[in-house]
Amino acid sequence: MHLWGYVTLYPYLLFLILLRVDINKTILLLVGFTTGLTVDFFHNTMGMQAATATLLVFARPVVLNFYFKAIEFSPREKPDINKLGFLDFLKYTITLVFIHHLMLFFLEAFTLTNFVSTLQKVLINTLATTAIIMIIEMLFSRKKKA
Amino acid sequence: MHSLLLFIRKHWFVVLFLLLETGSLIMVSNSYSYHRSLSFNTVNDLTGGVFSAYSNISDYLSLKQANDSLVNENAALRDKLQSSLLITDTNFVYKDTLYRYIPAHVVSISVNHSANYIMINKGSLHGVKKEMSVVSTNGVAGIIIGVSDHYALAMSMLHHNSRISGRIKKNGLLVTIIWDTDDYHFGKILDVPSHVTLSRGDTIVTSGISMIFPEGIVIGTVEENNNNPNLDFSEGVLRFATSFKSLQNVYVIDNLLKDEQQSLLELENE
Repeated sequence: MHLWGYVTLYPYLLFLILLRVDINKTILLLVGFTTGLTVDFFHNTMGMQAATATLLVFARPVVLNFYFKAIEFSPREKPDINKLGFLDFLKYTITLVFIHHLMLFFLEAFTLTNFVSTLQKVLINTLATTAIIMIIEMLFSRKKKA
Repeated sequence: MHSLLLFIRKHWFVVLFLLLETGSLIMVSNSYSYHRSLSFNTVNDLTGGVFSAYSNISDYLSLKQANDSLVNENAALRDKLQSSLLITDTNFVYKDTLYRYIPAHVVSISVNHSANYIMINKGSLHGVKKEMSVVSTNGVAGIIIGVSDHYALAMSMLHHNSRISGRIKKNGLLVTIIWDTDDYHFGKILDVPSHVTLSRGDTIVTSGISMIFPEGIVIGTVEENNNNPNLDFSEGVLRFATSFKSLQNVYVIDNLLKDEQQSLLELENE
């Protein structure tokens, strides 16, 4: 998905963000890798999304622990916007998306020349992807009737 | 051995992560150099089919522009037809009979990565092979790097590894064209001899030396000349003739005498 020739969105990250909290870590890594690989296949980037999606999925338990140690998650529960609230979910999403994009753009460039412009790309793309993920999540998450 | 297994079991999460990450990075590095990228395997009927379906819809929305540019191209080709009759004599071989143009439709294209590719809807069943050149109605577009039965993948000029040998049209000097920015409008001209004054609007065409592109195909026009008289060679900025963002129809050029030329080169190298 390309926008205005500068920004590419990766909404498939929402799938990885919303996996249930108590998921088996092995399955988590394999799911992350396979999802990244499938997206790679269609983008012809051969391995790039697989590498960064695996990193995102590896960082997920660390990030969840860091932000939400205090929150009680029932078994099989997903860290979605209904459970966490808007700000917490935004915090969580933007962190994971930032890590993902940081690796992605530096891996794509493979060089430290134009470091600033790569960093700019990371920031703009993070904001754009986070925006689209938040919109999709707000539109499609089912509110449980209290 | 036993304690190694215990260690792996204890830190299985990190170990599996490192395995998968190394695997992906190996895949990335395998497709990094130009020559390795020639063995691209992601083109197949599955991805091609999905992209075809999507582009059927999106192309419909730009039918009018496609129509207009095709009419213009027809007109240009008709002109060429008449002028070639005028200069033909018994000793003149019109260059284009060496080349077969395979028309193709662009199914998927990217312009905003540092490595951009074009997927077209013609494949090995239509005679497309690796290292054939791809041109648009306006100029050079890319080089085929992967082929399946019905689809082919081309490395577009907008690729950090792309190096195209060009010639300044007005004086025939050789230059090299690369792409190292983010802008899909402009590329860079290298190896411009400093004594040459390149003016804005000068055309750069392919030199034909690499045997990938036929000679004389427009690559672009000079946009800026960064002449440095202290160095032997200067640089310039090139505006690409092909408009990559709106690319829909291309031609794959089959050099009918390439095998012959290549076997001659091999004889020379022995």
